[in-house]
Amino acid sequence: MAERKIRIVIAKPGLDGHDRGAKVVARSLRDAGMEVIYTGIRQTPEMIAEAALQEDADVVGLSILSGAHLELFPRVMDACKERGIDPNETLFFCGGIIPDEDFPQLQKMGFKGVFGPGSNTGDIIEFVHEHVRQPA
Amino acid sequence: MTADSPSPTLEERLLEGDRRALARLLTEVEAGSARGLAAMKVLYPHTGRAQTIGVTGSPGAGKSTVTNEMAKAYRARGKTVGIVAIDPSSPFTQGAILGDRVRMQELTADSGIFLRSLASRGSLGGLSEGSMDVILVMDAFGKDVILIETVGAGQDEVEIAGTALTTVLVNTPGMGDDIQAMKAGIMEIADVFAVNKADLPGADIVVAQISALLSLSTADGWDPPIVKVTATEAEGIEELVDACDQHHAYLVESGAIAESEANRARRQIVALARRRLLAQLIDHSGGQDRLDELVTAVAERKLDPHSAVDQWIGG
Repeated sequence: MAERKIRIVIAKPGLDGHDRGAKVVARSLRDAGMEVIYTGIRQTPEMIAEAALQEDADVVGLSILSGAHLELFPRVMDACKERGIDPNETLFFCGGIIPDEDFPQLQKMGFKGVFGPGSNTGDIIEFVHEHVRQPA
Repeated sequence: MTADSPSPTLEERLLEGDRRALARLLTEVEAGSARGLAAMKVLYPHTGRAQTIGVTGSPGAGKSTVTNEMAKAYRARGKTVGIVAIDPSSPFTQGAILGDRVRMQELTADSGIFLRSLASRGSLGGLSEGSMDVILVMDAFGKDVILIETVGAGQDEVEIAGTALTTVLVNTPGMGDDIQAMKAGIMEIADVFAVNKADLPGADIVVAQISALLSLSTADGWDPPIVKVTATEAEGIEELVDACDQHHAYLVESGAIAESEANRARRQIVALARRRLLAQLIDHSGGQDRLDELVTAVAERKLDPHSAVDQWIGG
């Protein structure tokens, strides 16, 4: 039987329309053999949570450049939890223009990985492989 | 909850409308896992109620946009909708970018729609191996209409016709010669033709070409209608949905639906048996190593492919 594929939802919450970073990450995860559900720009927290639910995502990755991450990411997390998605089971990470001093707060919120400017896609792939919860 | 009432199974939760249970079981049946096979045994008796509609056509024809608009039209008619959207897997890394949600973003706010993206996982024919079970599970969940958007299809990706009850083929203007080329393959499977991007010049030519093609058809019973659509403006969608409903009504009233169901069942049984037999063969005939030896011998021209199979299975 074919092995289970890692399924990742990549989403951009909020109003900034710059999705180059998200696309680069999506593409490298694809090239690493994962199935990437790319949802596009200007997603509301509810849309992201619905995508994570309907796609039964193993991993959710958020990209943001607008600076509103401390505003929007908790709302995404809440919308996911409302739908029974537990950050202890589903792996959450985020990236974009996020200053170092915000990392601890995001990690506390349930984002196991935070990737700021200059991050290497290889590190993200490694992070996913290391932390994703694979079914028995 | 008391000790002697165990927590409900995923199947029970699914049948009661729990979307998280649906999502979980879709993953299991798609993978063909033992859990998924167990779920199919429980859920299969609950299937057979949904109206299934395949949407196929060339890459860029507008399948996602048409599917998106059809989903909204069915919702407006009070139907619940499941969508199965299939995109190709990379033949090299087996990874995939599943991008159909981008064009269906507005559907996400409606809890009466459940959209699942699938990667083709190396399967040819426009569907994926697990897609039939995915459709059945959405059917068991109680979706009234299930729209299946295939991988961008060329000429020979006709598998959808044996899977969905109604097949919509999305054509566009500007592909004149391709339409001629498609005559023998995919053009034959359409129950409904959608000519999308009908605001572009040449749409009437496409309609005329399809009509000419259909006039040569000797099949009796159902005459596939041709519907002009501009999906980005939602124009022609009501007519398209009407045409799909009329086809479904025709299947039911004529009794042809029994034949469609039998075709679907036969295809799935044969596909599953083929997969299992191949796995058993590899297991019982020296494993993957033995196959690799034969592959090398054939690639190096030391053995012809037919003799290799003789040696593998026994002539």
